[in-house]
Amino acid sequence: MRDSFIKELTKIAKDDKNVILLTGDLGFGVLNDFAKELPEQFINIGVAEQNMTGIAVGMALEGKIVFTYSICNFPTLRCLEQIRNDACYHQANVKIVAVGGGFCYGSLGISHHATEDLSIMRALPDITVVAPGDIVEVTDATRAIYNTSGTCYLRIGRGGGKRIHEGDINFKVGKAIQLFDGDDVALISTGGILDNAFKARKVLNEAGISAGLYSMHTLRPFDREIVEDIAKRVKLIVTIEEHTVIGGLGGAVSEILAQMPQPRARLEMVGLPGCFSSIVGDQEYLRGAYGMSVEGIVKKVKEAAFKE
Amino acid sequence: MNTYNLALNIRKNVVRMTHLAESSHIGSMLSIADIIAVLYGEVLNKNVNEPQWSYRDRFILSKGHAGAAVYAVLAEVGYFPIEKLNQYYSNGSIFCGHISHKVSGVEVSSGSLGHGLSIGVGMALAAKKDFKKHRVFVLLSDGECDEGSVWEAVLFAAHHKLSNLIAIIDYNKIQSLAPTKDTIQLEPFRDKWISFGWDVKEVDGHNHEELIGELDFDISKKEKPTCIIAHTIKGKGVSFMESKVLWHYRFPHEEEYVQAMKELEENVDER
Repeated sequence: MRDSFIKELTKIAKDDKNVILLTGDLGFGVLNDFAKELPEQFINIGVAEQNMTGIAVGMALEGKIVFTYSICNFPTLRCLEQIRNDACYHQANVKIVAVGGGFCYGSLGISHHATEDLSIMRALPDITVVAPGDIVEVTDATRAIYNTSGTCYLRIGRGGGKRIHEGDINFKVGKAIQLFDGDDVALISTGGILDNAFKARKVLNEAGISAGLYSMHTLRPFDREIVEDIAKRVKLIVTIEEHTVIGGLGGAVSEILAQMPQPRARLEMVGLPGCFSSIVGDQEYLRGAYGMSVEGIVKKVKEAAFKE
Repeated sequence: MNTYNLALNIRKNVVRMTHLAESSHIGSMLSIADIIAVLYGEVLNKNVNEPQWSYRDRFILSKGHAGAAVYAVLAEVGYFPIEKLNQYYSNGSIFCGHISHKVSGVEVSSGSLGHGLSIGVGMALAAKKDFKKHRVFVLLSDGECDEGSVWEAVLFAAHHKLSNLIAIIDYNKIQSLAPTKDTIQLEPFRDKWISFGWDVKEVDGHNHEELIGELDFDISKKEKPTCIIAHTIKGKGVSFMESKVLWHYRFPHEEEYVQAMKELEENVDER
């Protein structure tokens, strides 16, 4: 995913000299080509995320479009107040990019688990929050946040992201993408876990459960319209996120459903139940440990279907 | 208006504003009155009719709690009518206690310490990249230098030779609860900035000739960022507020207000 991001950003930056890329001393082997080709538009700030964000704001207020790059929680939580007070409040053209959403860096420990970033970023005023589901979405999302004025947050996976979408997609900030329609259940996924959601849908369909699938790549502004529409058409919505369910995708969908009159779909949430993961494991292992594997998602849907 | 009278007007305005609003930080405002009078009266290249004029020098008040003093100087030099200062702290207005960029002439909002210098660094860096000649001034408090983020920016500015960046420290030696030396010792303060790679000047922060001499220089001849350590007196200009920790948070009550205004009236510069 990060390679799709940097490839697209390099294209954008070649055409627009006002685009600046700052890194907090991360991106070994990833940012090299950008740095080599566009040295005037690249700065390694050092290990100093607060300073990186403040500098980005200062440059943005002078007309630059500044991308800040780091991994996990470093470009978000470490400098949250700079994002809130300096970037968002001044509607500065700062584009925060975090590589390693969810359990990408699972084995490294909780410092490297980005599992609350979406809910925290989504709570801020004047920000756009995007978590693309595959490499096609990453490419489009990169250009979309460049074209969206103000502060944006882009949360992506590591290397080796998959392609889920076949062919071109119609990527619009704030508009979910429907991959499949279904009569019984709707799976709504955000971020790189789309891969598992995609496979789970297939298993469910083979088992005779008609499941729809949506990639909710933007968490703010949120696509209320599509959630309301889905909730009127199916009996069960299952949100899927590699993230805490508190305030994230599950939270966002809950906020809408709770305000809808009956009859409407009920909700089940796949995601971290608001805990730290102290156990060691690679991404797929930890996904499985918290019910986000293909089997975990299928199980959640089947159990929910019998609950009525 | 000469800068001494501009400073006096700032002081009278902020004493009145904090009295009416029953708001804090009068000591911090009086402490920077001379610095901002010299900046807005003599040093900053500006255009009050076009606040966003691209050739302007940038000024960031990083110690946002003294925002009323900047509102006052902006009104005094013509960014907006003086009467608007009466909206300070009032319900529904944009004149909040900590400085707001919604007010004409204010570059950035602050209020949480340790943010302004990084933003100033970004502005200075952007100016260099675009071969622009304006300067970026950032005014910090001494207590603010407890924040680690200040030193992230200090390191970066020296490494990148941001000669168009001038940090001014309002070194009044008192922070919220106690003197700085009893809270977190900053000394040897000058040596710290020098060792981080900055040019350092120390001035009497209430002497306008000294301030003008050190603040108004040609950046094209420089290679390093500049730190002006301005030795100031918290509460300067009102005898009973000077160098008193109490006046970081206390607001002037009726009798104190009358006494303070009387003292200030007696200080009009006849030059």
